[in-house]
Order: sequence, then C-alpha cells, then structure tokens
Amino acid sequence: MERIYFDHSATTPVDREVAKVMLEYMTEKFGNPSSVHSFGRETRKAVEEARNSVATLLGAAANEIFFTSGGTESDNLALKGIAFANRKKGNHIITTAIEHHAILHACEYLEKQGFTVTYLPVDENAMVNVEDVKNAITDKTILISVMFANNEVGTIQPIKEIGQLAKEKKIYFHTDAVQAVGNCHIDVNELNIDVLSLSGHKIYGPKGIGAIYIRKGVKIESTQHGGSQERKLRPGTENVPGIVGLGKAAELARIELDQRISHLTNLRDKLIKGIQEKIPDIKLNGHKEIRLPGNVNISFFYVEGESLLLNLDLKGIAASSGSACTSGSLDPSHVLLAMGLTHEVAHGSLRLSLGRGNTEADINYCLEVLPQILERLRSMSPLNANSKLAANNPCSQCDHH
Amino acid sequence: MYTEKVMDHFTNPRNVGEIENANGVGEVGNAKCGDIMRIYLDVQDDIIKDVKFKTFGCGAAIATSSMVTELVMGKTLDEALKISNDAVAEALDGLPPAKMHCSNLAADALHEAIKDYISKKGK
Repeated sequence: MERIYFDHSATTPVDREVAKVMLEYMTEKFGNPSSVHSFGRETRKAVEEARNSVATLLGAAANEIFFTSGGTESDNLALKGIAFANRKKGNHIITTAIEHHAILHACEYLEKQGFTVTYLPVDENAMVNVEDVKNAITDKTILISVMFANNEVGTIQPIKEIGQLAKEKKIYFHTDAVQAVGNCHIDVNELNIDVLSLSGHKIYGPKGIGAIYIRKGVKIESTQHGGSQERKLRPGTENVPGIVGLGKAAELARIELDQRISHLTNLRDKLIKGIQEKIPDIKLNGHKEIRLPGNVNISFFYVEGESLLLNLDLKGIAASSGSACTSGSLDPSHVLLAMGLTHEVAHGSLRLSLGRGNTEADINYCLEVLPQILERLRSMSPLNANSKLAANNPCSQCDHH
Repeated sequence: MYTEKVMDHFTNPRNVGEIENANGVGEVGNAKCGDIMRIYLDVQDDIIKDVKFKTFGCGAAIATSSMVTELVMGKTLDEALKISNDAVAEALDGLPPAKMHCSNLAADALHEAIKDYISKKGK
C-alpha cells in the first residue's frame, strides 16, 4: 500500500543532501572542533559555516546563533536564561495560553522559582491580540514570549507588532519559531525579535539539533555548565554532524523558501476546499488566511480523533489529532480549548500538515478516502445534529460555534 | 499499540446500530472525556435476543463496545451482569494501560441497559 505522510509538523524526513553531508562528518571528518590539530580545525570550520547558514536564513549575525539540542532546549534556555539573568530588573513574564509545552512547562517551573507569568488568551482563530500584550505589561515585565506560528492550528501571530511594542518598552521579546522557520519569511531585525528558537527536524534536518538566535546585547545566562563551547552559553562537545546537517537544511530552506510556500499553500487550499465541499458538519480550526502554508486543522463533529487517525492509517495516510487519546492526557488539546472549542469538537480534530514532498495526487487520494471514513464513523456514533446530550454533559450545552 | 483482536473489532465492528423497539437502553461516558457508549437490548424471557451499540470514541472504545455485544448475544441477564469491563478487555487480548480506565466502559453500558430493562419491566 502507498503511504502518504501528512504529519510534517511532527517531524520531516531528512533531506538526502543533508544526510550525505552528515555522514561525512560522522565517518571521515570526526574531529572535536575544540582540538588544535587538523582534524579539529576542519570540523571547527564546518561548525562556523553552519552557523553562518542559520544566521543568513534569519537575517542575523553569525555570532548571534548558538546551537542546542533542539526546540525544547532553545525554549528552556530563552526563558530560564533570561529570567534568571534579569531577576534584579523584574520577575514578570508574558506568554500565551497556546504555546508549546516547552514554553508552558518552563513557565510553570519559573513560577515555582518566584516569577509571575501572564498567560494571554487568544481569539477563536488562535490569534493573540496586541492590545492584550500591551495591557499585560507592568514595570516588572522582563520578557514577552509569543510563538511565531501555532503547531496545531497554524495561526501566525502578529510578531512584528508585538516585537515593536516590546522594543518600545525595552522588554526582551522571544519567539518560538520552530514551526515557522522554513515556512515563513523571517528577518529578526525587521520583525523586532530579540531571541528565537528553531529546530532542525522540522526543516528536513536531523533530530537532536536546534539553535537559538540571541540578539547581541541581550542579557542571558546559561542553564548548563561545563566547557567553553558556544561561548560558554551552551557547553558540551558540539554535535558536529547535527550542526552540519542543520546548516545544510537552513541553506536549502533559504533557497527553496518561496517555492515551498507557494507549493504548500496551493495544496493546503485545495485540501481545505475539498473537505469543505465533500463533508458536512465540520469546522476549520485556526485563521482562514494567516496560517502556516502547510497546515490544515479541521474538527469533524460527532467523531473522535483517534479512531479517525487509525482509519486514515489503515488507508496509508499519516496525520495527527488534538483528541485526548492522542495527547496522552484526559483532556484534548489546550490550544483548541483556549480557542473556545467544546471538548467534543476538540476531540474530533484532525491535523494534516503538508510538506514539500506531497503532491496533488496525495490530496486527491485523501479527498477520496476521508469522506468514506467519516460516513462510516458517523454511522456508528450516538452523536448527531439532533443529539440531546446537554442534560448530562455540560460541555454540550454550547455546541453551536 | 493495539492488539490484533482490538484492530479486528475496530475495523469490522459487530452489531453496530440501533434496535428500533429496544426494551433496554444504556448509555455511559460523556463527550468531555471523548467517549460515549450506548447499548440497545432486545430481551425476551430474560435472554438477550439481540444487542446493538453506537459509540463515539477512540479505537479502544469502539472495539470494547463491539466485543461486549458479541460476548452477551444469546446470554441470560444473570450471565450478562457478570461480565466486567476487565473481562471485555481480556477477551480483546488486553488494552494499552492508558485505555483501561478512560475507554473501557462497554460492560458498564451493558449493565445500564439491563437496569433500564428491569426498571421498565417492573412498571
């Protein structure tokens, strides 16, 4: 059976060129970049070239890029590193209710350490209101952290405006751009970004590598201690194959960006339109236009996400859902709930995240099997447009969104 | 993560649907947790002549619903009341630990349906 991958927000395949260059830096060019000899010098050179490549993708300077193990580490370093280094200035952090857990759980940790965190709400499209950010600022605010684009529903936030506001108030602005890098044009200076997190495996690079952009002059301290690598901010022998792979992936992202955006936007819009035409009782989650080029997130009423995923998987299609069964907890996605979705509508959400390898034929196949799956699952469901669940189920009282 | 038996009952569920003049109906779960199971019974002379289900839920929820209908078809009410959620899971060669509590409610739905039948009969 042919397999179709629609889960690029979870991870992407490593580009063959990336894998090729990584292999070279595992087998032949294996030196420790800190070594003085020629083996060390050749890997040092490669690490610095990769740094340049990542910097170029973001419009940053090479010495503003630090390599980490991935998006989670970059987020933790940004939040904890800035919080602890600026403690004397203030103890207040502003973020949003729809951040990735790497941000939310780091914030919870900081709250235990005496910091105060404001979690801004979002509107029904998962959009943050710049006015809300403005109103949340106090004289104790040291950091604003708002994700560039949401990993579940794809909504792209007003980053430039929030950055401008932070700049005027002399507050550091961090953005988790793990989903946006390689999918959106990003220039850290134009967008007023002080700190940015990115990950290798979301942009056709390897897992276990990421980077953090830190604007020159930002006061930040390291969260791990050791040698002098990454200017002591992130000690530990460099993951050279990973770094080289990330550098290559960043280079490809820069070269292919416009092409990727137009290809994905085209497929995305075709898929959304097709589902809307073929399947009744659905809701598109996230902003209609201001969303990631490859993100489709739709709730199908009266069905549950995991059974939807299993049925798609039986047909060879890989996707993800915000239902509780797939989130690993008893509650569905915190993002969908923050947008005001009822539990049952959130349980029936399906995310199809497209990538550069997807084709029109993939979309057509999905549009052929998805309506059949929905029809079958709905015929088995006790829920329908007339179900009277309100009496024993408080969250059903507001099912008309 | 699911056993072959679970996937079999999930992909080819037995006894899906409603019984038009069911004399016992039971429903458990709620949409908040993501699982609702409804069991319909046709009981004659204390024997389950027919049983059908409708379920909103994950793979485990659908498979346990299907399995419980298979286990009780043709059984007496006393025998049916002895079937527990754990026995349903066991008949499916087990469920992932996370599913044992949230999605393994099919026997509860069956017992609710039997209670409904008994209370209706008493009137």
